[in-house]
Amino acid sequence: MLKTSLREAYAKALIELGEKDKDIVVLDADLSSSTQTAKFKARFPERFFNIGIAETTMVNVAAGLATTGKKPFVSTFAMFGTGRAWEALRQSVCYPNLPVKLVCTHGGITVGEDGATHQACEDLAITRALPNMTVIVPCDDIETEEVIKKIYKLKTPVYVRLTREKFPRVFGKDGLLKELFNIDYDYSFEIGKAYKLKEGKDINLITCGLTTSQALLAAKELEEEGISASVIHLPTIKPINKESLLKALDPSKIILTIEEHSIIGGLGDAVLHALSDQDFKIYKHGIKDEFTISGKAWELVKYFKLDKDGIKEKVKKILKK
Amino acid sequence: MKKDITYIDNVDLNLDIDFTKKRKLDNRTLENIAKEVRKIVLKATTRAKSGHPGGSLSATDLLTYLYFEFLKHNPQNPKWALRDRFVLSKGHAAPALYAILALCKYFPVTDLNTLRQIGSHLQGHPDMNKTPGIDMTTGSLGHGIGAGVGMALGLRLSYNVDAPKVVVLLGDGEAQEGSVWEAFNTAAHYNLSNFCVILDNNNLQIDGRVDEIMNIYPMMERLKTFGFNTIEIDGHNFDQVRYALSLFDMVSNFEKYSLEEQKRVLNILEKHNFKPYRPTFILAKTIKGKGVSFMENEVKYHGKPLTEEDLKRALGELK
Repeated sequence: MLKTSLREAYAKALIELGEKDKDIVVLDADLSSSTQTAKFKARFPERFFNIGIAETTMVNVAAGLATTGKKPFVSTFAMFGTGRAWEALRQSVCYPNLPVKLVCTHGGITVGEDGATHQACEDLAITRALPNMTVIVPCDDIETEEVIKKIYKLKTPVYVRLTREKFPRVFGKDGLLKELFNIDYDYSFEIGKAYKLKEGKDINLITCGLTTSQALLAAKELEEEGISASVIHLPTIKPINKESLLKALDPSKIILTIEEHSIIGGLGDAVLHALSDQDFKIYKHGIKDEFTISGKAWELVKYFKLDKDGIKEKVKKILKK
Repeated sequence: MKKDITYIDNVDLNLDIDFTKKRKLDNRTLENIAKEVRKIVLKATTRAKSGHPGGSLSATDLLTYLYFEFLKHNPQNPKWALRDRFVLSKGHAAPALYAILALCKYFPVTDLNTLRQIGSHLQGHPDMNKTPGIDMTTGSLGHGIGAGVGMALGLRLSYNVDAPKVVVLLGDGEAQEGSVWEAFNTAAHYNLSNFCVILDNNNLQIDGRVDEIMNIYPMMERLKTFGFNTIEIDGHNFDQVRYALSLFDMVSNFEKYSLEEQKRVLNILEKHNFKPYRPTFILAKTIKGKGVSFMENEVKYHGKPLTEEDLKRALGELK
């Protein structure tokens, strides 16, 4: 299992875009070595702006830059970029519908040791609530790179949630799909699209980010135990292409959404909303309505039952097996 | 459409001004324009039965000067890339800005009759996608100034020494927002000489006097230590407004001058402790409700329009 860094993929894509488009500018709030935007700074110092620890102003400044034709990418930790700066995001970016790309690292519990203050588990809920906003949660480095290159062309605001921790690669010839199921998946990112990664008869697992790889691992083991789970990767939390999602779903009529985020307002609620007029039994799995804790990233993943064993347990409970 | 005392008829100033060029108007003309703006503001807010007349009137002379004499802009092409930018960070003074944009012929003056009503392009606070001539959407205090900093950075990146200027009008109550000080920091840090903040210092906010609600003073000293060029003026005196902005103009254009010119300009700047490569802060002392005797320095007109009866009295004073 190859673990890959989403942050590094982001920096790689940024530099590639920076080479071909001089309107790309990058802003950070004193976390450029963590978010990896320092690599863009090293290559294009005149197009990088460190605003210091002032996230609200960073987002407002990005909005101003966007009005002059620049294409700003804004990065910091998910907690501060979406939380601290939320009102600037609403007033100066989403309401005027400016092409600011907020790409935050350190989303979710896999921030680890820093604890609840730094583990953004509400970021998808609060960005998804904003009109004009697109919200995307990639699952590996390959997808991250694709996402960055695709959203760069959008003339509207986008939030992309990345992570501190390296995640198993899902796509590509050395990804989990190939390793576990010998699937050569022909992947290219499209906004809103649902990706059926694995077929299954008993239950549909819908995932994004971290939980896509964990669900694939769980599905493999469940298979050996006689439970057939499909895995549907849904990287776009908003807007969801409903037709694409319905097409990806297997006929079991049971859905379990799994996310490294509060069960309030994230992937699960987005799916519930999209399928509210459909005949499905939908279960949500994620961080309960509580503050999280310090610990090593993968220990926390296990603690909050978002690893393959936690997912298997949840599936068996639903299917009463 | 109801044609009562609140009705705003078409006004033609009969001025032939090329707003894209450097220009100078006489003070009498500016005063007449400002009077028209005040009348429109009062009628529009009374008609809408909501809005912020007090702070609109305190900003009227500043806005009149900026749009009619100082800023390079183009009503025929509102998105002209080389225009100077203006951000009304105190977005609640929108009626004054709308009146001025209308008088500059961005849209018909009679549109002001629809202020704040369903279907109008004139929202309660400025919306850059609905109203031609608005450079930034504002209204929630403390955000516009940061966007202005971003504009100044972006323009400098694109046009270097030929970068258009950015002027932000800030409320004094607004200066209580922490993000305003983040933006001050950023403008000074990036040596944004094409960036100017004008403080509409009427010293009144909704709950009372600014110095009593949450003191912001001494603003001049604070801004100086933040690294701004600073000057204090009477915000209703066109000569003083013109002079302060001419200093900003010199700072902003400094790199374009010949060595000879730079020497001459430095002499003028030094008199005011102004330095090149710095953003400018103009503290404009103003009077809330300026121009209507019974509204002046009355906090109650912050967010309350006149009754039709009071409007009649006010319009009498503005004849």
